[in-house]
Amino acid sequence: MSTADTPRPARWTRRHLLGLQELSPVELTQILDQAAEFKRLAAAGEQKLDSLAGSTVANLFFEPSTRTRTSFSLAAKRLSADTVDFTASGSSLSKGESFIDTALTIEAMGVSQMVVRHSSAGAPQLLARHVKCSVLNAGDGTHEHPTQALLDLFTIRENRGAIEGLTVALVGDILHSRVARSNIWGLKKLGARVIVCGPATLIPPQITELGVEIRHNLDEALEEADCLNLLRVQFERQRGAFFPSISEYAHLFGMNGDRLRRARKDVLILAPGPINRGVEITPDVADGPSSVILNQVTNGLVIRMACLYLLHRAQLEAPAGDATGKDLS
Amino acid sequence: MTTLLIRGGRIVDPATDTDAVGDLFIRDGRIADLPTGEVTADRTIDASGMIVCPGLIDAHVALREPGFDEDETIRSGTAAALAGGFTTIGCLPDTNPPVDNRASAEFVTLQAERAGNCHVVPLGAVTKKLAGEELAEIGQLIDGGAAAFSDGKRPIANSEVMRRALQYTRMFGKAILHHPQVPELAHGGVMHEGHYSMLLGLRGIPAAAEEIMVRRDIALAEDTGGHVHLMAVSSRSSIDEIRQARERGVNVTADVTPHHLALTDESLQTYDSHYKVDPPLRPRDHVMALIDALKDDTIKLISSDHQPYASEKKVCELDLAPSGICGLETLLPLCIGTLIRSGHLSWPQFISKVTVGPAKLLGLAERGTLAVGSIADVTIVDPDVEWTINAQAFQSMSRNTPFDGRTVHGRAQYTIVGGDVRYECRENVGADAR
Repeated sequence: MSTADTPRPARWTRRHLLGLQELSPVELTQILDQAAEFKRLAAAGEQKLDSLAGSTVANLFFEPSTRTRTSFSLAAKRLSADTVDFTASGSSLSKGESFIDTALTIEAMGVSQMVVRHSSAGAPQLLARHVKCSVLNAGDGTHEHPTQALLDLFTIRENRGAIEGLTVALVGDILHSRVARSNIWGLKKLGARVIVCGPATLIPPQITELGVEIRHNLDEALEEADCLNLLRVQFERQRGAFFPSISEYAHLFGMNGDRLRRARKDVLILAPGPINRGVEITPDVADGPSSVILNQVTNGLVIRMACLYLLHRAQLEAPAGDATGKDLS
Repeated sequence: MTTLLIRGGRIVDPATDTDAVGDLFIRDGRIADLPTGEVTADRTIDASGMIVCPGLIDAHVALREPGFDEDETIRSGTAAALAGGFTTIGCLPDTNPPVDNRASAEFVTLQAERAGNCHVVPLGAVTKKLAGEELAEIGQLIDGGAAAFSDGKRPIANSEVMRRALQYTRMFGKAILHHPQVPELAHGGVMHEGHYSMLLGLRGIPAAAEEIMVRRDIALAEDTGGHVHLMAVSSRSSIDEIRQARERGVNVTADVTPHHLALTDESLQTYDSHYKVDPPLRPRDHVMALIDALKDDTIKLISSDHQPYASEKKVCELDLAPSGICGLETLLPLCIGTLIRSGHLSWPQFISKVTVGPAKLLGLAERGTLAVGSIADVTIVDPDVEWTINAQAFQSMSRNTPFDGRTVHGRAQYTIVGGDVRYECRENVGADAR
């Protein structure tokens, strides 16, 4: 690990985790180190800890999700928290009750942390202005998905020792990807070079203002990349045809065995999942030796434990009202 | 005979090229010559230190009645207008049912008369049910009082329909107030497409959505000789097109809103739906282009684009919230801040944009001026009084403003409609203490 020299803050002070945009490199590293500690404890047989005993974590999923919800739920249980799950398909307004009222109702049951997944960008920010508990963004529209990016960072660091100096290519539907936005913030802050690669219709040109490079040719990006993060084509978020056909997309931007042979020998293949086999990635690559896709899932658990743990600590250690100002927009 | 004397104010009337300290005399609801000798009146207002100008006119506001009375009624909206210094407002037809026939136009006028606040001139729908397909009964709407035509925030996407509408309204010398936007480019968009939309993961509306429609409308106005008025333009390139078209003599006018002058798309970083407006807030370079267009008179009108919404509609996820700001009660201080105090416009230049410009657009011959014999609609403004915008104190039924809590300067102290003092600001002692 390359973090030994990094000065740590005295304590974690944020009440909410809304995105990686607002986190400092030190804070990012703090989360990764905490996750590494949980992973070490688990390997040593300490699967269950009592850090959050007596507190309740609510999972508010206003958008369908299986893996993220399960991962958060399990992470909370590993820390001995009680959990409540709320799932609503589509908009909360379709049921007549507003999103805020739903959240306030759940909070009134005695919740100390709220994990929120929502199809609207900014929903966790809106929530954080209305509730007293901690808000943890589990993916908001096409904005951010901080814990997914953190587990990507963790997996890269675990495999390559450090993030700094690496070239990471994010491939696919950048326009509609919250994973891409969070990854760009996290990777750039920790010193990586970032390339985004995909069809011109799915890459906002202003993205270069974040210090990333754009490629529209996967084979070019492939030659330079230490890591490839193959993002899913978000068919459900698109409002029309952004490219002519799936087969054309797979032809131009799909990762297959042939392309893998032209990549660097030690290239890491990541994918946030769920993967569309045969579109972004062929099975031989997804299941091959370069793929760390299942390691990502495993690491997601300790990352979410670390986030829940640090936010809980901030609540315990902060004098009333203290930890609120920093991250409330 | 009733008389009102407004004494010692700075009288600014761009219509008569007046800017001088003096007295204004009103007799029986009309501006009158100042009597010679010792002047006495039924009521005297001391306006020293204040600006006395023609009553402000807003060319288009949404009053929501009938159909959306939870947001605003004609009574509450006209009360808000008075508090903002407005004596006449053009009322958009996008109600339910819409104002697309004579009876509905007369309903608006009647409700406004019952409310007894400011004058309301209805804008008739351009197309039946605002559907953009068939022309509404434009001639009969004019007989019912319609001053101009608009489909509100619904762009008339069909170019052939727009062409016919411009040809047809030309017959009556009436303008079409159009929301220039290509619907398919704006569809589902929440904010200006650019750096911040990329950053925030919010669906963007490209500036081209406005610019393409501005160019089309100019081409159709040029072709037909009809008068197209582009509402709430916001893009730099739109301004360039309008400026060039006006130089060629095309019958095109446009207005801008205070919020497009006071805010940029950067504000959306808060994900606060109060910043969601249509057209969307733009980056600084577009804002500067709007200010330049006001300075060189390419744009002759400022409108509040008052779009009130009940709080439960606005306080929600950004992509579900409707677009719009409750603007009547904040236009004056926002313009004073962004245009006058910042040195871009003089008082006469600014007042022209909210009196002469809209009066001309709506064809209101006896309003927007303090010329002797015209209707005595007068606004008295304290130009310097410092106050804090408090949405809870709005006369409007709605509170959707991003300016709540902002400290501003300048406020209407008296709003006089037809010689009758209909509004007196009681919140600031500034006026009386002078």
